[in-house]
Amino acid sequence: MTTAFRPVSYPQYRISQAPDSGLVITFSGPLDIKTVPSIFKTMPGALKKISTHRAVIDLGAVNTMDDYGVMLMAKIRYFLNLPDDGIEIKNSPTFLEQTLSQIEVDYNSKCAIARRKPENIIAQFGGTAINTLFDIRFFIAFIGSTVLSLLRVIRSPKALRFDDVLTHMKTTGVDAVPVVALISFLLGLIMAFMSSLQLKPFGANIYVASLVALAMVSELGPIMTAIVVAGRSGSAYAAEISTMKISEEIDALFVMGFDPNLFLVIPRLIAAALVVPLLTAFANLFAIAGGLVIGITMLNLSVTAYVTQTMEALSLFEFSWGLFKSCVFAILIAITGCLRGFQARGGADAVGSAATSAVVSSIFLIVLFDSLFAVIRSYW
Amino acid sequence: MEKQAPDLRVDGLTVRYGPDLILKDVSFTVFKSEIFAILGGSGSGKSTIMRHAIGLERPENGRIWIKGYEITGADETAFFATLKNIGVLFQGSALIGSMTVGENVALPITEFTGLPRDAVTAMVRVKLGLVGLDCYENHLPSEISGGMKKRAGLARALALNPGILFLDEPSAGLDPVTASEIDELILRINKRLGTTIIIVTHDLGSIFTVAGRAIMIDKSTLGIIAEGSPDDLKEKSTNPVVKGFFMRKAIATS
Ligand SMILES: Nc1ncnc2c1ncn2[C@@H]1O[C@H](COP(=O)(O)OP(=O)(O)O)[C@@H](O)[C@H]1O
Ligand SMILES: [Mg+2]
Repeated sequence: MTTAFRPVSYPQYRISQAPDSGLVITFSGPLDIKTVPSIFKTMPGALKKISTHRAVIDLGAVNTMDDYGVMLMAKIRYFLNLPDDGIEIKNSPTFLEQTLSQIEVDYNSKCAIARRKPENIIAQFGGTAINTLFDIRFFIAFIGSTVLSLLRVIRSPKALRFDDVLTHMKTTGVDAVPVVALISFLLGLIMAFMSSLQLKPFGANIYVASLVALAMVSELGPIMTAIVVAGRSGSAYAAEISTMKISEEIDALFVMGFDPNLFLVIPRLIAAALVVPLLTAFANLFAIAGGLVIGITMLNLSVTAYVTQTMEALSLFEFSWGLFKSCVFAILIAITGCLRGFQARGGADAVGSAATSAVVSSIFLIVLFDSLFAVIRSYW
Repeated sequence: MEKQAPDLRVDGLTVRYGPDLILKDVSFTVFKSEIFAILGGSGSGKSTIMRHAIGLERPENGRIWIKGYEITGADETAFFATLKNIGVLFQGSALIGSMTVGENVALPITEFTGLPRDAVTAMVRVKLGLVGLDCYENHLPSEISGGMKKRAGLARALALNPGILFLDEPSAGLDPVTASEIDELILRINKRLGTTIIIVTHDLGSIFTVAGRAIMIDKSTLGIIAEGSPDDLKEKSTNPVVKGFFMRKAIATS
């Protein structure tokens, strides 16, 4: 039922009662983007307390009105909880007629088909499972086509884009030397220092050299280098390829008759497989230099003694085994980086997640394969 | 009535990218509620003029005023205050890829009006309806076509009913029917809200439909080669490049 109330005024509007006990809202001044937000702060509260069956909106004193004003008109009906015909707009300026017809009130019925319903948990579970299967299939197909491209290169080496290989060798290898050198030098320093704390009391200073050399050459060298390369280059591979993927560049290559794998994956793969072992050798060298610094300054060892001990501890097999491992890691990094790039779909944010997941997956694979290698060696 | 400052004034704009001189001494003025077209072949520097006019880049030489504020000057606050009154449709749409079409349009509305959420949603639907993208609110930019992205970008540029609207090739990549709908929309916005519109375009049809005044720039002089109403340009200009443009013919320039 309609209840009587006292008229209320706000800067842009005034609410009063009509003789027929309906409600009258009189607006004045501009009704546009500058004023409507402030009306929205007061009006819902002011109208909520009132119950009425009918409302008249008087726009006689409104001088300008834009679509924000029109939206306000449409919302008043909801504030008052009135049916469609419960609202009458009076004295509307001529320009308003067209504007009013533009507003789409009944969005829900018009766009019912276009709306997406959130899926229930079973459907989500199933969807994820199916996607995972597709992922696995994609992965296998990717490995297969990469191997095929590789065979093509072996059969006709001219198909290889040699300039690209050189570029990637530079960005993956040469450009990484400073950071790898610094990290492994410090690593050698730390290892020597920490182990000397344990070995010094026994007078076994000289074995610090063996420890640094062995640990670095057979384990830490390959792993540390691979992790640095995964962070620097694996992510770059994924970012480059996913950018090309989402801007349809890869599709363009494909329809021009290029093999995208041959074009994009093989050069990166070969470059990584060649330079990462070299980087690892560098890392080993710098770590040994780091150990040497500790040996000379803190353990009273001579350079000759340290170097001789290092040579004695290492065998050619140990050294090659480390390089072999790092070659495998390189292949893992290149394949994962490229794969994640090819899997990207959607907009710019796909590039970011491709790079992230390339790094995470390659580090995981590196550690996994390293454990496999350790198991293989212990049953040798 | 007191004389008002023009909405956009560009004076002696000279732009260099690295060693290449792109624009030399470009000057023009756009008045309130005008629809002003910037014409020219591709690569002639139309987008470059627009990017300087909205203050995204600093020119090597020249001064630019928007509504009397010099944006090439040092006053940052005046510059940001001016930006709120400007709507821009970029050549590449520039939708934010991680947000849906609706969220892209809602972004400036939520940020600058403080309207409650349902009112923002209603406005988003009004704006998307205006450009004919009624049911695409929940699509991601990567899920719609290039022409639809253009229209979504236009809806976002219109979100705050700006006083000045910059449109970089709004109908490029659209079918003729949608393109003429966009032209009508431009005219309607200009008439209803008195919006000043600066439009970069190649489209002969839309030049004659919407533009009140136009300038044409060309690579040969790195500057304006003709200025006036589209009819004047077509009928009176003696410049071979201008003639060629309106007759859709390439003129060999020596
Ligand atoms: N960031 C940039 N660096 C160097 N040159 C540019 C840059 N942006 C544009 N150019 C050059 O400026 C010229 C004008 O470009 P643009 O304004 O985009 O042309 P259009 O008229 O097609 O919009 C072109 O020759 C282009 O090569
Ligand atoms: Mg351009």
